[in-house]
Amino acid sequence: MEIYLDNSATTKIYKDVSELCIKTMTEDYGNASSMHHKGVVAENYLKKATEQIAKTLKAKPKEILFTSGGTESDNIAIIGGAMAHHREGKHLITTCIEHPAVGNSMKYLEDQGFDVTYLSVSEEGLIDLEELKNAIREDTILVSIMAVNNEMGAVEPLEEAGKIIHGANPKILFHVDAVQGYGKEQLIPKQLGIDMMSVSGHKIHSPKGIGFLYIRDGVRIVPITYGGGQQGGLRSGTLNIPGIAGLGRASEKIYTGFDEKQSKLFELKFRLIKGLTTELPDIRINGIETSERKISELSDDELMDVIKKTAPHIVSVSVKGVRAEVLLHALEDKEIYVSAGSACSSNHPSVSGTLKAIRIPKEFYDSTVRISMSEFTTSEEIDETVKAFAEIVPMLRQFSRR
Amino acid sequence: MQYHAFIIKYAEIGIKGKNRYLFEEALVKQMERVLSKCEGEFSIFRVSGRIYLNAKGFDFDETVAALQTVFGITGICPAVCIERDGNGKLPDINGLSQEVIKFLDGVYPDKNKTFKIKCRRVDKTYPLDSMEAAAEIGAQVLDAFPEMKVDVREPQILVSVEIREKVNIYSEIIPGPGGMPIGTSGKACLLLSGGIDSPVAGYMIAKRGAEIEAVYFNAPPYTSERAKQKVIDLARVIARFTGKVRLHVINFTDIQMYIYKQCPHDELTIIMRRYMMRIADTIAAHNKCMGLVTGESIGQVASQTMESLMATNEVVTDMPVYRPLIAFDKQDIVDISLKIDAYETSILPYEDCCTIFVAKHPVTKPRLEVIRSHEHRLDEKIDELVQTALETDEIITLEA
Repeated sequence: MEIYLDNSATTKIYKDVSELCIKTMTEDYGNASSMHHKGVVAENYLKKATEQIAKTLKAKPKEILFTSGGTESDNIAIIGGAMAHHREGKHLITTCIEHPAVGNSMKYLEDQGFDVTYLSVSEEGLIDLEELKNAIREDTILVSIMAVNNEMGAVEPLEEAGKIIHGANPKILFHVDAVQGYGKEQLIPKQLGIDMMSVSGHKIHSPKGIGFLYIRDGVRIVPITYGGGQQGGLRSGTLNIPGIAGLGRASEKIYTGFDEKQSKLFELKFRLIKGLTTELPDIRINGIETSERKISELSDDELMDVIKKTAPHIVSVSVKGVRAEVLLHALEDKEIYVSAGSACSSNHPSVSGTLKAIRIPKEFYDSTVRISMSEFTTSEEIDETVKAFAEIVPMLRQFSRR
Repeated sequence: MQYHAFIIKYAEIGIKGKNRYLFEEALVKQMERVLSKCEGEFSIFRVSGRIYLNAKGFDFDETVAALQTVFGITGICPAVCIERDGNGKLPDINGLSQEVIKFLDGVYPDKNKTFKIKCRRVDKTYPLDSMEAAAEIGAQVLDAFPEMKVDVREPQILVSVEIREKVNIYSEIIPGPGGMPIGTSGKACLLLSGGIDSPVAGYMIAKRGAEIEAVYFNAPPYTSERAKQKVIDLARVIARFTGKVRLHVINFTDIQMYIYKQCPHDELTIIMRRYMMRIADTIAAHNKCMGLVTGESIGQVASQTMESLMATNEVVTDMPVYRPLIAFDKQDIVDISLKIDAYETSILPYEDCCTIFVAKHPVTKPRLEVIRSHEHRLDEKIDELVQTALETDEIITLEA
């Protein structure tokens, strides 16, 4: 039995979403910009998807900009936002645990003469609101904070952050990278004070190569690519109708029965954490466990309360004395698929910025795997995974590098 | 410039006496193999110690790059050919001079150069002899391009004009890889890791005409599927030159774990390598190989000191171990790796089985009797484990 627990890397596409995509590639394959009937049909898919997505955000359809995914959304928001407002100031704020799509966009802007402040995080991966408040300056034009951290599932206090940012200066753009949060949290930009929000399709069971950027009506940004002027000139290029249609339907589906899905995931996360910590000594559940809080000292209810403050689908486990890559391959042998740290950074041997930022003990740097679930994950799969850990870890611990 | 043919130069094949035709045939066969994947129509002729490749509708760069993967070729000369007219006549010396002038104009936009015309009259019915023809063509070139100067000792441009069945005009010699054609030397078994050295070692032995069989030691879950894919990609790099590589993937994990449990940790790498050599020796013998090939270079790492090499060498009993990089510096190896397009793949950061349990301070001067005695600690199970490992042999055939 294949157990796929790498849903923060990518997800399996919903069956009916894939069918819809195929239909728009083989039958309704028109270019949404064409004047004829085929173009009109394609444009209708676009309209429908835009409405479906807008509805999940309680937003207006015109506030949705389609992109190729999370990375492009982050680039347009941050670089396009900074370039549009550079005359008002050259200061940007972000956190030190962002995805490279945000982090490297910021680095690029630093090279262009912008000044960037990086907020630290607690052991739970949370920003300090006081630090945010103090970081805001007269020339601050944009703040970017992720909704859910991709490596450990910390849920950032967006609403409070939004209030602080706009309380200090309503003109500051508040951007949120919601690639790991959309579909797993209720994210209503208006309620949270968000001006721009990035979302990727393939994390919510739609195809790769599609995503969107929510841009609040009235926010001014400039394009970073140029072409035929599609989507109001902000993101030129023939519209990816198969991806857009799929993303529209997937967004509707992921938020259908949301509360039940979310509480089921929390139950599974609890089951997994409880199982792993009961079966194995010397492991650490990052973000849940801190230097002051030991899981073994928490009652079940207390543990659940802690878990509910984090994202329901991501668990970061450090296993003392076992290299993450080896554990990953040993699990793979049993057809259980997890990721070592964050999949985006596991290819280079450098230590993950997030793990460093939450100050996990050094010996765990190279020993951390990420387990990420989806609405298709079952309790049997979780039990099977705990069992596999209990079998594999003691065996691997015998053969650590001496 | 539109070329019509390539004149293929080869060096060592020329001195192989009575066996020469075997070498030439192997070379032609390899040329046919690489050209079958190129756009265009090609025909190969062997005429009096030369190989001519006539080409139509071809892409120059693609064709040259393909020929540069054929061992045995030392030079590739793109040529213009002048055919006989309807009466079977070649152009007279004035016509010929005009062709040479046209050729020079096409190949060398900048005429501020010294030149020499070298003529070779094979068709003795042509009215001028070699010397006379060269002098006459040279004079006409000087008239056409006054900026050009003759230098018969060290010309910047040496134009060869061969008067044969056709006239061939060429001046450029593009270097080939040299060596001997594949299929003229037998087969060798390469111990292929994911590193920089072993693919280069394989390339160098292949360059002497040997076919390559390769062995890779896989250690799941300590090494990943990507590490294996990397080795497959490296085997394919060698296959570009040899046409085909058969890669044997052996599961080595249990042997490695057993050594880890039983033997001193600082000797792990040496003992492990001794078992790799033993297994490769067996596989090589089964597959009619006549030697093992490794990428070792004296002193590069702890397991490649002269003492360590003695320790790994003594277990090979059936055949010689070829170590073409033995006296190379790392940079020289990297240079070849870059040249054969292996480097980018070699430096991908996936662990191979040699690095996973490496000790902080491995022995650099292992003593044979100590290693042998520690190896006896494996007596209980090792034969069975080696046998099991040999049974895991997964053979992957890679073609260019």
